[in-house]
Amino acid sequence: MPFSEDVRSRLDADAVQIIGKYPRPRSALLPLLHLVQSEEGFVSADGIAYCAAKFGLTEAEVTAVVSFYTMYKRRPVGEYHVGVCTNTLCAVMGGDQIFAELTEHLGIGNDETTPDGKVNLEHIECNAACDYAPIMTVNWEFFDNMTPATARQLVDDLRAGNQVSPTRGPSRLCTWKQASRILAGFGDGQATEGPTAGPAILVGLTIAHERGWTAPHPADTSGNGAPHAGAGSSAGSGPAGSGVSPADSSSPRPGKSPEPGQPPAAGKSPRPRGSARSRSAGQKSPPGASESPQPEQESP
Amino acid sequence: MTDMLTPVLTALWDQSDAFTLDGYKRHGGWQALPKALAMDPDALMSGVKDASLRGRGGAGFPTGVKWSFLPQGDAKPHYLVVNADESEPGTCKDVPLMMANPQLLIEGIAITAYAIRAKHAFIYVRGEVLHVVRRLRHAVEEAYAAGYLGTNIGGSGFDLEVIVHAGAGAYICGEESALLTSLEGFRGLPRLRPPFPAIEGLYACPTVINNVESIASVPSIVANGADWFSGLGTEKSKGFGIFSLSGHVTTPGQYEAPLGITLRELLDLAGGVRAGHRLKFWTPGGSSTPLLTDAHLDVPLDFESVAAAGSMLGTRALQIFDETTCVVRAVLRWTEFYEHESCGKCTPCREGTFWMVKVLERLEHGHGTEEDLEKLLDICDNILGRAFCALGDGATSPITSGIQYFRDEFMQHQKEGGCPFDQAASTLFGDRGGPGGSSFPRGVRGDGSPRDGKPAGSES
Repeated sequence: MPFSEDVRSRLDADAVQIIGKYPRPRSALLPLLHLVQSEEGFVSADGIAYCAAKFGLTEAEVTAVVSFYTMYKRRPVGEYHVGVCTNTLCAVMGGDQIFAELTEHLGIGNDETTPDGKVNLEHIECNAACDYAPIMTVNWEFFDNMTPATARQLVDDLRAGNQVSPTRGPSRLCTWKQASRILAGFGDGQATEGPTAGPAILVGLTIAHERGWTAPHPADTSGNGAPHAGAGSSAGSGPAGSGVSPADSSSPRPGKSPEPGQPPAAGKSPRPRGSARSRSAGQKSPPGASESPQPEQESP
Repeated sequence: MTDMLTPVLTALWDQSDAFTLDGYKRHGGWQALPKALAMDPDALMSGVKDASLRGRGGAGFPTGVKWSFLPQGDAKPHYLVVNADESEPGTCKDVPLMMANPQLLIEGIAITAYAIRAKHAFIYVRGEVLHVVRRLRHAVEEAYAAGYLGTNIGGSGFDLEVIVHAGAGAYICGEESALLTSLEGFRGLPRLRPPFPAIEGLYACPTVINNVESIASVPSIVANGADWFSGLGTEKSKGFGIFSLSGHVTTPGQYEAPLGITLRELLDLAGGVRAGHRLKFWTPGGSSTPLLTDAHLDVPLDFESVAAAGSMLGTRALQIFDETTCVVRAVLRWTEFYEHESCGKCTPCREGTFWMVKVLERLEHGHGTEEDLEKLLDICDNILGRAFCALGDGATSPITSGIQYFRDEFMQHQKEGGCPFDQAASTLFGDRGGPGGSSFPRGVRGDGSPRDGKPAGSES
C-alpha cells in the first residue's frame, strides 16, 4: 500500500533537504533509502517506489541499489538491530561464542527477529573497533569488550525496555528507525554526548605522556617550520606547542626484548608461486584501505 | 633522536571536548587554514609533495603527487572525496580519529580543497558507526557557523561546501572507484582505470580521493613545515602514522609513531602478547596484507621493509594472534568475508572466493587433502593480478601466506579428522573464567562454526 498523503508530505520535506545538498540529485539515493527505512524500519516496496519516483528511475533500478548494501533491510528488523562481529579477530577473541550463545538464548538464528519484535540478531563484519574485541553493536552504536554474560544481559535489557548505554556513544540508545534517520542526514542533538575516546584508543597517548614523548618541535627541524603550534598540537601536551623538545626528553626508550635468534626476515620472498606476475598486482591497495596508487606517468 | 611515540593526530584524544570546535581551537586548531589561504594553491601542493606524505589508506601513493595529477585551469568542477569507509578487517584508526577530533579532519579538508581548487568536498563515512556520523555532522555544522566552511572563507574568496555522506554497508566501497560509483547513487562497483579519478572521478570530473588519516595529516604539515614532517620516519616512508594493535596483546589500542617502528617495539609498549602465550601470526595492515610470523618482529613497519618481507604495510592494522589460534579457522573466516563482500563484477573474484570457502571448509573440518592446498594456491594464482580490483588480490593474501608458513597445520586437520584447537582457549574470557566467563562448554572444536546458527559440519 503506497505511503499515505501524510507520510508522503513529511518525507517530501525531508527529501528536498537531502537532495538539495548534492551537486547531482542521484547522489541522494542512498540517503533517501536510509530515510524511507526510518519511516517503516525497512525498505519496503513502497519505499522503493517512493525513491524511484523521486529520481525518475524504475523500481528495478532502485531495487538493484537496495540489494547491494547490507544495511538496507528488506523485512522488519524490530526495534533493536543487534550485531555481533564475527570477522576473524573478533570471532577468535570470543565473537563466535557470543553469537552462538545469543542464538541459543534468544531462540533465533542469524538475521531473525525475536517474536516480540524487539531484537534482530545479525553477525556483522569488521566494524573498525578491533582494539575493543570482541565487539557488538546495537543500532550501530558500539558495545565494546563483550563477553557471553554481558551480551545476554544486553539483549535481556533491550527486550525488557531497560535503558542501555553504548560504550562510546550517547547516553541513551536510539531506536532502529531513529538511527536510520541520522544516517539519512538529520541530527538528533546527541553528537556531544559520550566520551571523546575510549580507554584502548588512549593507551599510546597515555604512554607518551608518562614518558614525556612528543613529536619534534618544529623549531628543531631545519627549514621553514612555522613558529606557531598549529593544528593537532595540544597546548599542554602536544608535539609542537608543549615546549618539550626531543633534546630535553631523556626518558628511556624501552629496550628490545632479549629474544635472540629472531633475525629480521627482510628479503624473504613469500610468494614462490606466480610471483613474477603477481608482484605489481600485490601492491594494489586493499579495498577497505582507501587509496589506490596511480601510474607514475599519468598525463594530466 | 626522535621519541618512540609521536602523538600528533592523536594528541587531543584525551581532552574531553576535543570533538568540539572550541576544544580544537583552544589547543591550536584552525591555525593552519589561514596560513594556507595566504599561500598559492600550487605552493601548498608542493609543500605536501616536499613533506613526502604517502597515502595512509593502505597503498602509500604520494599524496601531493596525487593532487598534482588534477588538470588545472580546466572548465570542470573539481571534487575532494574523503574515504572514511574504514572497513578493512583489523583497521580501527579513522573511526576513533573522527569520533575524537573531527575538526582536524575538516581543517585538512578545507586546506586540501583550496589546494586542488575544489568547491565541494564529501566525507564518505561507513554507515555502521552511528556516533561517528553524528560527530562529523556536528563538526561540519560548527565549522560552517564559525566561517571555516561556506562562502568567502576568511575573506579569501574561497568557497567550500562539505557534505557528510553515510554509506550503507559494503566493504567494496572502500575501493576508491567503487566509492565514487556509490557516491553517485549506484551499486558500488569498481571502475576500469584509466581514466583515473584525477581525470574522471566523481561525475566524471577531476577528483582527489584520500584516506581520512592522510587528510588529517595535512594541517600539521602546513603548520609545522614539510621538513618537520619528513624529518620523521624512514628514508622513503616519511612522517608518522597510527598503529592499531588488536587481538592477543596485553594492552590493545592506538599507538601513533613514526613509520619504521617495529612490532617488537610496539609489543613492548603494549605489554607483550597476553600473559602466558606467544606470538603465532599477525597482519601488518589488515587482512588483505599477507600474514607474518614471529620471524618478522624486527621488520621496520614502513612501506619498503614490509614489502621486502613479503607483505604490505597497508593500514597498520596489527592483528595479533597467539598460539591458541587455528590459522585454518582464521583464514577460512577471512575468506568467507571476501566471498560475502565480493561485488560480483568480475569472475575470478566472484567465483574464486566462493570455491575457496568450500575448499577451506573441507580442510578445517578435517576432510581436506594435500591436493586441496595446491587447488587453493592455483585458484589464488588465477585471482591475483586477474581480478578487476584489489578486493580479489586481497582475498588471496591470507591463503597464500597461511599455507606458506603453516602448511603442516592445514594437514594436521586431516590427520586428526578435524580442528585440533580448543576454540575457547583463544577467547578473551576463556582463559580466566570468573564473572565474564560463560556456560559455553570448553573443548568445542575450532570448526564449530556458528556463523549461520547451524551446527558444526552441517554443510560438509
